[in-house]
Amino acid sequence: MSNENEMAEYAISINNLTKKYGDFTAVDHLNLNIRKGEVFGLLGPNGAGKTTTTLMLLGLTEPTEGRAFINNMDCTRDSIQIKSKVGYLPDNVGFYGSMTGRENLRFIGRLNGLTGESLEKRIDELLKRVNMEAAADQKTSTYSRGMRQRLGIADVLIKDPQIIIMDEPTLGIDPEGVRELMLLIRDLAETDGRTILLSSHQLYQVQKVCDRMGIFVHGKMIACGSLEELGNQIETPGKSTTELGVYPDNIRLESILRQMDGILELEHDNNMYILRTAYDIRGKLSRELTEKGYTIMHMRQAGSDLDEIYRTYFEKEAV
Amino acid sequence: MSKNVLKVLFEKETADFIKSRKMLLFGALIICITVSGLYAAVAGVADALDSQTISNNFLFLKLFTASANSIPSYTSLMALMGPFIGIFMGFDAITSERSEGTLNRLVSQPIYRDHIIISKFLAGMFMIALLVFSSGILIGAFGLLETGLIPEMEEVARLFLYLLFCTVYIGFWLAAAILFSTICRHAATSALSLIALWLFCAIFMSLLAGIFADALYPVKGQDMQSMINEIKNISLETGINRLSPYYLFGEAVSILMNPAARTINAVSMTQLVGAISGNLSVGQSVLLVWPHLTAMVACMFTCFIIAYVSFMRQEIRSR
Repeated sequence: MSNENEMAEYAISINNLTKKYGDFTAVDHLNLNIRKGEVFGLLGPNGAGKTTTTLMLLGLTEPTEGRAFINNMDCTRDSIQIKSKVGYLPDNVGFYGSMTGRENLRFIGRLNGLTGESLEKRIDELLKRVNMEAAADQKTSTYSRGMRQRLGIADVLIKDPQIIIMDEPTLGIDPEGVRELMLLIRDLAETDGRTILLSSHQLYQVQKVCDRMGIFVHGKMIACGSLEELGNQIETPGKSTTELGVYPDNIRLESILRQMDGILELEHDNNMYILRTAYDIRGKLSRELTEKGYTIMHMRQAGSDLDEIYRTYFEKEAV
Repeated sequence: MSKNVLKVLFEKETADFIKSRKMLLFGALIICITVSGLYAAVAGVADALDSQTISNNFLFLKLFTASANSIPSYTSLMALMGPFIGIFMGFDAITSERSEGTLNRLVSQPIYRDHIIISKFLAGMFMIALLVFSSGILIGAFGLLETGLIPEMEEVARLFLYLLFCTVYIGFWLAAAILFSTICRHAATSALSLIALWLFCAIFMSLLAGIFADALYPVKGQDMQSMINEIKNISLETGINRLSPYYLFGEAVSILMNPAARTINAVSMTQLVGAISGNLSVGQSVLLVWPHLTAMVACMFTCFIIAYVSFMRQEIRSR
């Protein structure tokens, strides 16, 4: 079957996945393919169904309808094999407080069939990689949230997973911690060639690290692609919006703008012009205004950053 | 692989019990039961011997059943306080894992989910058996030193059976505790419900049994009906009482530890005509309490199976 060949390229393949809780549909006919070695971000507000999707991928919840495959194994039926290949870092990961970080790792390692010398070596390597060597022999009840998260990553890596699923990995970590985490995630994908699926509602942190993103609202994937692709998708075809701030902001400026080709609409709002144009006229605009002695203070094409994209999608959904 | 996983989990649970603060509490509880039981035994046996109220047969068993002044015997203390050991061991078995956030980390490992709850139950049973047998054997040993009584083989067999009954009885409370910890969201709810259940079984059940029996078969005056009612009244009362594991255990122990006891139900004078008074052999005593053992084991497994099924069907989300 050609379908199966196609699937082999994908690490994660989700077909029509649906989960209903009574009348409430948490995940609604989700289709998604994630390539091997890719970092995919699942973005959406709280309660969008991100966690439910990850639970179904791990076989912890049965889908109402549809199927999901990881490395061509059915997520619901072969859940044991899947769980030995997939590492899951839950949102707000917990450890046994009465055990040290090292003991916690050892316990999970033994559950994955590792023993003795090779396990100890692996634990040491991972503690070094997540920079937790100093605190490894302290009880985990004394750990801060950032330390728990780092130990959580070591815990996920102990079984050497091909695929890592992270649920809100950046939640509650300070900016420096987030930066380190993002470097680590990038490194896991690039150096080790692991596939990473991470869900988050914190856009800026995620956009830096993901190859592709999916925007997930009310159980539906409403857009999917790289940052540029998402940007292109939200723009109304044949129209683009540019914000413009110019000094000096005088009456002559408006007439110049009105005379320019390509500008369909013009709004003046708080020292800022919002131009609806037929195409991207930023180059032409800056040349012409500079020639006439104006200084451009601000010029930005709307829809080019994730916040805008995110907001636009949520607005669309709300309407 | 799967046997190995169970072993790893079992070791971890056992280590948790031994290292936890709860264990200090168990230790204190067991020491209280043992010391006061020992005091009652030594004083009670001496009193009984002085006043010649008991025969010299099976004196060693009297160490466990004798009470002195206001201090209850070891067996009645065990019946009353033993459940606490089971309750404290199990009341937060699942809830603590859930609230610590370790449960979803555990279920995302390549292990069967039932191993988690089975290992908790087995580790609990192991600890209970260890505690019960060590406390029972301690009493025996101290009694031996203090009184110089030499136990006969039959007494040792009866003692062993008694400790086995204790283990099953406390095991029932452990299973009930695991059940409540599975269905309750908070450890406090689970603990309070269990203590309520224990109070009901230990105190209110016998009151209710009396009320029901008197209401259905009133025994007043000397008329014919009252005389007919009398036996029905007693039968109904014991019948209702036997629904409570506390009563069931007490009854079984009174038969096991007292070879002179020949019957557990109400017996009329005519039924006793021609009976030769004498002690029962161990086998005959066991035959008398076999239904008790069966009922307790059944109660234990029923609780555990309900806990098992509800645990297997639960969706495990982050805390």
